[in-house]
Amino acid sequence: MYNFDFERPSTIAEAVAALAGEDAQALGGGQTLIPTLKQRLAAPSKLVSLAGIAEMKGVTIADGVLTMGGGATHAEVAAEACPPLAALAGNIGDPAVRNRGTIGGSLANNDPAADYPAAMLALKSTIVTNAREISGDDFFRGMFETALEEREIITAVRCEVPQAANYQKFEQPASRFALVGVFVAKYADGVRVGVTGAAQEGAHRWGAAEAALSAEFSPGAVPPAPASEGLLSDLHGSAEYRAHLVAVLTRRAVAACG
Amino acid sequence: MPKDHGIGASPKRREDVRFLTGNGNYTDDINIHGQAYVHFLRSDVAHATINRIDTSAAEAMPGVVKIFTGDDFAEVGGVPCGWQVTDRFGEPMQEPRHPVIAHGKIKHVGEIVAAVVADSLDQARDAAEAIELDLDELPAVVDMKAALAEGATKIHDELTSNLCYDWGFVEENKEAVNKAFDEAAHVTSLELVNQRLVANPMEARVAIGDYSRSSDEYTLHTTSQNPHVIRLLMGAFVLGIPEHKLRVVAPDVGGGFGTKIFHYAEEAFCTFAAKACNRPVKWSSTRSEAFMSDAQGRDHVTKIELALDAENNFTAIRTDTHANMGAYLSTFASSVPTWLHGTLMAGNYKTPLIYVNVKAVFTNTVPVDAYRGAGRPEATFQLERVIDKAARELGVDPIALRRQNFITEFPYATPVAVEYDTGDYHGTMDKLEALADFGGFAARRAESEKAGKLRGLGVNCYIEACGIAPSALVGQLGARAGLYDAATVRVNATGSISVMVGAHSHGQGHETTFPQVVAEMIGIDESMVDIVHGDTGRIPFGMGTYGSRSIAVCGSAMVRATEKVIAKAKKIAAHLMEASDADIELKDGQFTVAGTDKSVAWGDVTLTAYVPHNYPLEDIEPGLEETAFYDPANFTYPAGAYACEVEVDPETGKVSIERFSAADDFGNIINPMIVDGQVHGGIGQGIGQALLENCVYDGDGQLLSASYMDYAMPRADDVPFYAVDHSSQTPCTHNPLGVKGCGEAGAIGSPPAVVNAVIDALRSAGHDVTHIDMPMSPARVWAAMNP
Repeated sequence: MYNFDFERPSTIAEAVAALAGEDAQALGGGQTLIPTLKQRLAAPSKLVSLAGIAEMKGVTIADGVLTMGGGATHAEVAAEACPPLAALAGNIGDPAVRNRGTIGGSLANNDPAADYPAAMLALKSTIVTNAREISGDDFFRGMFETALEEREIITAVRCEVPQAANYQKFEQPASRFALVGVFVAKYADGVRVGVTGAAQEGAHRWGAAEAALSAEFSPGAVPPAPASEGLLSDLHGSAEYRAHLVAVLTRRAVAACG
Repeated sequence: MPKDHGIGASPKRREDVRFLTGNGNYTDDINIHGQAYVHFLRSDVAHATINRIDTSAAEAMPGVVKIFTGDDFAEVGGVPCGWQVTDRFGEPMQEPRHPVIAHGKIKHVGEIVAAVVADSLDQARDAAEAIELDLDELPAVVDMKAALAEGATKIHDELTSNLCYDWGFVEENKEAVNKAFDEAAHVTSLELVNQRLVANPMEARVAIGDYSRSSDEYTLHTTSQNPHVIRLLMGAFVLGIPEHKLRVVAPDVGGGFGTKIFHYAEEAFCTFAAKACNRPVKWSSTRSEAFMSDAQGRDHVTKIELALDAENNFTAIRTDTHANMGAYLSTFASSVPTWLHGTLMAGNYKTPLIYVNVKAVFTNTVPVDAYRGAGRPEATFQLERVIDKAARELGVDPIALRRQNFITEFPYATPVAVEYDTGDYHGTMDKLEALADFGGFAARRAESEKAGKLRGLGVNCYIEACGIAPSALVGQLGARAGLYDAATVRVNATGSISVMVGAHSHGQGHETTFPQVVAEMIGIDESMVDIVHGDTGRIPFGMGTYGSRSIAVCGSAMVRATEKVIAKAKKIAAHLMEASDADIELKDGQFTVAGTDKSVAWGDVTLTAYVPHNYPLEDIEPGLEETAFYDPANFTYPAGAYACEVEVDPETGKVSIERFSAADDFGNIINPMIVDGQVHGGIGQGIGQALLENCVYDGDGQLLSASYMDYAMPRADDVPFYAVDHSSQTPCTHNPLGVKGCGEAGAIGSPPAVVNAVIDALRSAGHDVTHIDMPMSPARVWAAMNP
């Protein structure tokens, strides 16, 4: 780890100001950033911890809308959010990770195998920052890329509570990140399917399945596996295997919705 | 009624009090006043010529004490290999120089290119980043067969090729074996990979070198399974330090699994640098460094063939193996695919003719050496897989085929140069059949099928050769050291005992089991006996712990030394009771004169030995301390039969292990609870190999599985509760305790059981699958079902 300055502001405004310097870096729960620093793979001049900002905390559900502070930990989401998302959060990492890692930090990082992005695509989410509101559909821009600008902080995340939803995660055996994860959410106006882990572009929606399931919400309606073109292939699974899992997990998620 | 003390009892592990309360004293817990820290600059390319290393900017950085490159070690020895294998043409193996720091060329990712010693670790790391390397990258040699191809890039300029040796065993049998195959009624053949593994002990390696200018003495604190071996190899072969000026200390060690047997460059570096810098020098491996500098395991590519006659008797076995050595020969690397592998190819079966061919190959990868089982898992895996395949081809029950071919008469001389002293393979299989409830399998399979899962049952046997080894024999086979062990039993004046042993405990529980033996022999409480290990300044010259040898070899030395102690104590007791030596009996810590009511307590005799006011000084010396060196007459041959039941998810290929049963014959057992634990841990590692672990390099020699993000270790929820039974006991015939060793059995016996079970599960659903290479990841199993 290289030396850096450290600030721990107590308001969003202070945090944005603190991030003004060159190479300053926001620090959420640090579950990706700290290991990266320890391996000397990043050298920010300053870390701005978001952990002390009260207005970024909390998880509430009101009028069919789930609102989570950007600084809500996975453990808080697991305890307070609507059931399918709570179950997702409760299976991220281990207790230490869940008590440090935050939803805002995870979304800003947009790891292609992270769980939350699949849920955000399925749950009609809005990513709220200090500057604006971004639709979840526009937020994810490919592996480790998001719509966030420099010095933009995720202050909250809003999701529309679905009629039914389920997340199916098939774990990569070593990291236990999602080799493939599929989040299915059913709304009155249709079904949304978010997929993580599978594609080179990162989290994405599976349009063919959404159309078919919106017409008939049953496991049998899930289309055959998508084409493997553009899917990831690595030590743990080929693109063909991932494509197959996308369909299997989607069927299982629909079945689990009851 | 189980015993509550002595041999056969299961007292809790006394060492666990300190381990479980955070009071262990590991090498990294040791800090010496004034120590400096070394950071190794390791290569991120697999193969390159070093044109120039510019350290000038780095040397000017804050806190830097000294920077070393390969030039600084040009005058000392290379890291030695401890076993010279002779090839099938009678020529010695090709043995490259293994420099402490890369010199002239880099040969694998992770090889040390330069070493920065500084006041702090961060300063050393900062300075290492300022070192400028001028390299010419060379093509990496990764695939073994490509490494042997005509025109392949040569890794070691001083060798004629990338072939370390072409070994044939038994070469004289080759033609007879070929003839048996020509005449066979049935031949089953199988090509398979025994994949490369990373040992991953919980404690990463650490070394601290210290040097005293006033006494010219060196001390190396290191994470080792065998401090005397390190002292011998490093002192004699690398640095030229005589034994009396070099002390090697291996305190609490957090797991070894073989990878801490070997002498490593980092140990030699810290010892050398301590004198060069006139400061203690400490290195603590990061986990990332461990992935690319700890010797790795396995990595065999094999074709095995089994010949059978018309009655399904095994008539011959023929194998062709490529064994990856990595870039250099680690300490025992050359012996693993040869003498620890070929000699086990008979397994539990009376196959009259066997021929094993092994080509050991250099590649631009981390060196490979012994890992829990070392050669024996590779032998067992191929043999038990090909037998399973043969049973299927012949349409016979795999257990019946094994039973039909079991060795039943002992001693049994195999056609691969070893003689099994004892065993009862039918008896052990009987135990397994009861333990694993084969009768209930059909109902369990039906239940699984109802839940949409495929259920499979896999069975295998194993034999291993432990208690390495008769020195005269291994000397003939190329070992460059003796493989006896030693113990000193020091009885103190009040009767308490310290036993200094050459074996080293790094998880095995010696501090509990060894005192059980001595206490039983004398008839005193175990709390009166402690063992001392891990410090060449305190223990006799013993060879350490590996190959499941501690109780069989060092334990035997301890018994012999205790017998000497008892013999002398009886003379003292005889003097005190004015009786003849021959009439003295020792029981429950009391010496008695046969046929009388005279007695004297253990403590009275020991006190007399050290306060010899009334003592036969004309006949015997005062004091009560004896040393014994024990060189075994033969290996020991633990054997067992294992069964695994799996469920396979046909949609995803995910395998879950539902039941695992292990029936082992370890001969006599000192502490059944600790044996259970050793078997559990071994099976866990075997399941890790079967389903999860895989060390993978890409074509450029880059390590793809370089962290726990990609290298899958078994976790608690990957393994079932095990059913273990070691009541099948045929005591070893040639060591005083009748013990065989249990440390590696689980890791040897479990991988084929898991693979056999998965194949059985898939075939139950009509998939024409005959083999899946390990690790049987969900992706691989799914691919096998969807060719």
